Amino acid sequence: MSEPLSFELSRPAVDPPRLPEAEVAGPAPADVLGREMLRARPPGLPRLSEPEIMRHYSRLASLNYSISENFYPLGSCTMKYNPVVNEAAAALSGFADLHPYQDEDSVQGALELMWRLERALCAIVGVERVTLQPAAGAHGEWTALRMIAAFHHSREENRTEVLVPDSAHGTNPASAALSGFHVIEVRSGDDGRISLADLESKLSPRTAALMLTNPNTLGLFEREILDIAEMVHTTGAMLYYDGANLNAFMGICRPGDMGFDAVHMNLHKTFTTPHGGGGPGAGPVGVKSELVPFLPAPTVERTNGHLRLDFKRPQSIGRVRSFYGNFGMLVRAYTYILAMGGDGLSQASQDAVLSANYLRKLVEGDLDMPHEGPCMHEFVASAQNLHEEGVRALDIAKALLDRDFYAPTVYFPLVVPEAIMVEPTETESKATLDAFAGAIKEIVAKAKSDPQSLHEEPTKLPVGRLDEVSAARRINAYLQGLSEDPILRWKAPAEAPETAPQQTLQESPC
Amino acid sequence: MLETLGVRSMNDLLVDIPQSLRLESLQLPNGLSEFETMAQVSSLAERNHVYPDRLTFRGGGIYRRFIPAAVSAVTSKPEFYTAYTPYQAEASQGTLQAIFEFQTLIAELTALDVSNASLYDGATAVAEAAMMAYVHTGRNEVLVSGYVHPEYVQVLRAFGEGRGIKVRKGAEPNKKTAAIIFQQPDFLGLLVDARQLTQAAHDVGALAIACVDPISLAMLAPPGEYGADIAVGEGQQLGLSPSFGGPHVGFIACKRELVRKLPGRLVGTAHDAHGRRGFVLALAAREQHIRREKATSNICTNHSLCALAAAVYLTYMGPYGLRQIADVSFRRAHSLADRLARLQGWEPAFPERQFLNEFPFRVPKARSVVRKLARKGILGGLEVNRWFRELKDVLTFTCTEVNDPQALDELMAVLES
Repeated sequence: MSEPLSFELSRPAVDPPRLPEAEVAGPAPADVLGREMLRARPPGLPRLSEPEIMRHYSRLASLNYSISENFYPLGSCTMKYNPVVNEAAAALSGFADLHPYQDEDSVQGALELMWRLERALCAIVGVERVTLQPAAGAHGEWTALRMIAAFHHSREENRTEVLVPDSAHGTNPASAALSGFHVIEVRSGDDGRISLADLESKLSPRTAALMLTNPNTLGLFEREILDIAEMVHTTGAMLYYDGANLNAFMGICRPGDMGFDAVHMNLHKTFTTPHGGGGPGAGPVGVKSELVPFLPAPTVERTNGHLRLDFKRPQSIGRVRSFYGNFGMLVRAYTYILAMGGDGLSQASQDAVLSANYLRKLVEGDLDMPHEGPCMHEFVASAQNLHEEGVRALDIAKALLDRDFYAPTVYFPLVVPEAIMVEPTETESKATLDAFAGAIKEIVAKAKSDPQSLHEEPTKLPVGRLDEVSAARRINAYLQGLSEDPILRWKAPAEAPETAPQQTLQESPC
Repeated sequence: MLETLGVRSMNDLLVDIPQSLRLESLQLPNGLSEFETMAQVSSLAERNHVYPDRLTFRGGGIYRRFIPAAVSAVTSKPEFYTAYTPYQAEASQGTLQAIFEFQTLIAELTALDVSNASLYDGATAVAEAAMMAYVHTGRNEVLVSGYVHPEYVQVLRAFGEGRGIKVRKGAEPNKKTAAIIFQQPDFLGLLVDARQLTQAAHDVGALAIACVDPISLAMLAPPGEYGADIAVGEGQQLGLSPSFGGPHVGFIACKRELVRKLPGRLVGTAHDAHGRRGFVLALAAREQHIRREKATSNICTNHSLCALAAAVYLTYMGPYGLRQIADVSFRRAHSLADRLARLQGWEPAFPERQFLNEFPFRVPKARSVVRKLARKGILGGLEVNRWFRELKDVLTFTCTEVNDPQALDELMAVLES
């Protein structure tokens, strides 16, 4: 089943929708503006009636897997249920219809919500202040690193290097580089945890920060975190926490207590704001007191119950986003925290850890487990044991899609070959976990009896495996001027490919 | 479950956490029922004053517009809003195709070759475009021409600092200039000479970056027509509510030769073994998860759901609906400007400059004017003096299709009283 593009459905006979008329005696644009100012031809937007539009997008919706219908064991992405009350809260007119440049007195409720959310996040991660401005996790990482750079700069220290473990998310090195730092990789030891010896050898007076997530991307808690923090702080560097894995320990422990100086959080992971098919998210950053002067402006301040935006922050790194961040997502996250409470959040993390360990136990006979448990909220398995059958992690991922499960994260972290990273979250029932484990068992059995058939899956979805290599070749031809088919946008009906599909293997979480 | 694991309690699973780090509990109140939760959240919402859209004459980057019901009917489908980033293409064709349509819509609007899948907002889009120019030209200065949105420039400065990019305002382009950035119409609503600015950039081998209002492109010459290399902008007006400033959507489109430097996600077509067309994330080799520290942008999550809203909006409007929206806004704004000019002591701040649907007026005692309007339930013009010292007592007013003629009368009645 496929759905034509809106451009292919477009019919010139469709009238534009009925819209307001001007009803005033203002001039027409052509009377006032010169000809060269005006567009020569109308833009090539499609022309569809409302019923056609609604059917088009309803059909597109039916082509998606989503949390509302499927289990999403995507490691590192924390795909938990998105409570619908969050949506109702964000849609309240008192929030949705607020203009960002209204006077402070008329937006006290919005500022109070931001202030309360900040206080709640401070309590959860153990920091002094939080900026709510960053729009996404990577944006938060970069914001934190800019603050760390500003901190060192204010002390007239020339620290140019940021250390990043080899198991880190790709956004870590990218954010560090964009903040003007050189990136130095720190190796993981055989137990999947950061190698203290390697860390020691790479720490120097040039080190600005170590970026770490704990539990790490293998789902393992860095037991020696307090020693790591001491080593980092002794050299005068800062410890940065990547909040991708915060769902592992709310109410159990706090990054601030572990010694982290800056902490980013993904409201779209831990705090149930929906992923929206790839955003919008929100990536607040919490900091300890020494970084507070460098927070992006404005901050929200509260005195005697009156709230105001503080723009006068002379040491601030400036502004990282227009207005005050993804406010609508802040409303959703605050609603979630209010509904869950301290007790509910603690329970959520414990359940997440229990689910991950339970699922790990169920599948440990079917897949390799390169590291010893227990794990925290996620675990990394490996499909290396199916190497002889020619079955890879990607084949398992695609076979799961045919069994109504979204696939786990595969080929990440990079330190595990044929990695299959599974994060079940606390909102899945035992029955779902059992069914998922059953599917893995069945797929592994098939890998041994009929490996060839696995290479052809999925077969039950709207399309089979798509030939990304040939698509990339055609894009290259366009970019080099050898073809006029841009591939990256609609122009003319696409032609059938000539070669058999191949796959690229690199995938990434989040 | 604990039994299956062969452990007695949760603590047996948390053994790796040093005891000294363990918390007793979170210092937060206990959870609430949905009813109590909504009561608390609603009471916060009620502490805000919402101005009716027809009586909102304030813009400054966020505008009240008519939003067709189709937009939220589509974006509130859980198959869209609870889906993840489309890594598994076969199970994400709905999202991928919608993004592909968004990319095509933006490319059509801007008359440029390729658009990406979206960015966070207009401000970060400007900053990302400057980064592209820096990488493409190997030069480290960008010029900001005229009244570009002040918050966009602040974000540009913050981004630039990390990469050693200098942001200059009001300077002449030279051989160190990577790009000239201008806004059309500018922050005050005034039209700039986009052709001349584009030429000035090209004369020194720099790129021209046009920050554009997407609705204006139904009427105005688009960046691709006057030769700009990159077009960026804020897509809030395309079916998204103001929401105190976000989430909205940034867009970025460019010429063919710059596509490899585009930040963020890109969706392209591909085929399966049966020759069926599908959609995949394309040119991923540019991105952070593969290039890591060598990536030119760290963006990962974008604003897909907002891009979907924009796609539904643009498809609903079609080329002629969008033009009508732009026309109605233009006529009403010009009618309002004529009436304001008749008020005692009020005059256009830049009488020689053209505008579309937002315009600056120099008025006696701007602050008290705004307060007086607020008392009557009208969100009046925006005081731009806050960002621009030379614009004392200047208010920018905006008019769109939601400000009906009676609303204009009500505004005038208060100002005349």
